Amino acid sequence: MRQSLLVAGKDLRIEARSRVALNQVVPFGAIVLVLFAFALDPDRGLLPRVAPGLFWVAVLLAGLLATSRSFTVENDNGVRDALRLSGLDGAALFCGKALAVAAQLLVLEVILGAGVVVLYDLEPHHPLVLGVTALAATAGLAAAGTVYGALAAGLRVRETLFPLLVLPVVAPVMLGGTRAFEAALEGTPGEAWPWVQVLVVFAVIYIAMGWLAFGALLEES
Amino acid sequence: MTFFARWGTTVLGALAAASLALLVVLGLFVSPPDDLQRDAVRLFYLHVPAAWTAYLAFGVTTLASALYLWRRTRSRAWDIVAGASAELGVIFTGLTLVLGSLWGRPVWGVWWAWDARIVSTAVLFFLYLGYLALRQVAAPPEVRARRSAIAALFAFVDVPIVHFSVEWWRTLHQKATVFNPALNPTIEGSMASALLVGVLAFTLTYLYLLERRYRLAVLEDGLEERSLQAAIAERRAEAHAAGVDVLPVGREQ
Repeated sequence: MRQSLLVAGKDLRIEARSRVALNQVVPFGAIVLVLFAFALDPDRGLLPRVAPGLFWVAVLLAGLLATSRSFTVENDNGVRDALRLSGLDGAALFCGKALAVAAQLLVLEVILGAGVVVLYDLEPHHPLVLGVTALAATAGLAAAGTVYGALAAGLRVRETLFPLLVLPVVAPVMLGGTRAFEAALEGTPGEAWPWVQVLVVFAVIYIAMGWLAFGALLEES
Repeated sequence: MTFFARWGTTVLGALAAASLALLVVLGLFVSPPDDLQRDAVRLFYLHVPAAWTAYLAFGVTTLASALYLWRRTRSRAWDIVAGASAELGVIFTGLTLVLGSLWGRPVWGVWWAWDARIVSTAVLFFLYLGYLALRQVAAPPEVRARRSAIAALFAFVDVPIVHFSVEWWRTLHQKATVFNPALNPTIEGSMASALLVGVLAFTLTYLYLLERRYRLAVLEDGLEERSLQAAIAERRAEAHAAGVDVLPVGREQ
């Protein structure tokens, strides 16, 4: 646990100092939201109705950048070798990196959520349901992203390979997050819980897989 | 490094061709058109076997990947089998989608419906397309093999999650006909036999192609190794001609 926090702290410190997440990833997410408004004319009243889906697509795209960056920073200066030599447990490394990614995703979701409310003229009903959904979805996205990030790490075609690997995998998160948000916003929070369960199951499975496989993924090369 | 003797492959290929020919006869001439779907029903004799073969192929990929990851059975052969089978699986999944789409147009009136099983099959297609992309990256063979094997297991675990989440989302596909819970096939005799011959023919074709692809990959490996050796020998000869003394080295890494 202490080791995980150490790794998460390292990653977050890098982000805090380089400001890439704040200066590039968040604006990217915001511009995606604006582009959606261009694509679906705001005057037709369509935007508030499809906002949950658009929100999660924007989170997914921007989150993809944040996750992929979490592994790019380890490419230079032989950081991957250093981590291997550090004696840190594979599972702890996984948890640390996933925690750092999750923290960034949460910040991203809060900012983009505010963006959706302001830009798409949306009333955020049932904030508790929205919050729990976002937490469960974030855990799943961070775990799956970290697992597949490690799978593509260090390869020359990493930037293009990673989205192809991870997007089909997180399709259920996209689906669950959107349905749960829709249920909450339409004032039927009861219908959100089955989807939150899907998100939790997804997160648990990917955390378990990362826990088990991360050591093996780092061992080689 | 071969599955079986050369004649075995030939026999397998002949059986596959014969069963495919039988399928053509049964599917196009012997079996009657459906009451509702007319001749479009004949697409099922390809669609269902293609889907079955795709599942079989991904199952084989998963098994071979697990065998590769398990230290005691680790061998390059399992890695090749996993890759070869995944390639076939992607082809058969694509075929399933295309055939289903061709069937959907006359019967449902649309090329594509956002139905649970179609969507999860499409996700399956992309999932393994990603796996194949991972297999093609430039990396040391052991690294690539291990990562691919892990990715194959992940993909396999993901299939049920995608399946159930999409299933909840929407369902309008016909319920399973042959494997329905009552185990009481609801289709007519000659149709059923066309379907079963189709499954058999596709399975044999799959096995034949798998063996061919496997042998091709082994040959590719050998070719790579040999051109490496040739290049090393060439450089040595150049150095020798230039009068540089080169220490005899083993296999270059």
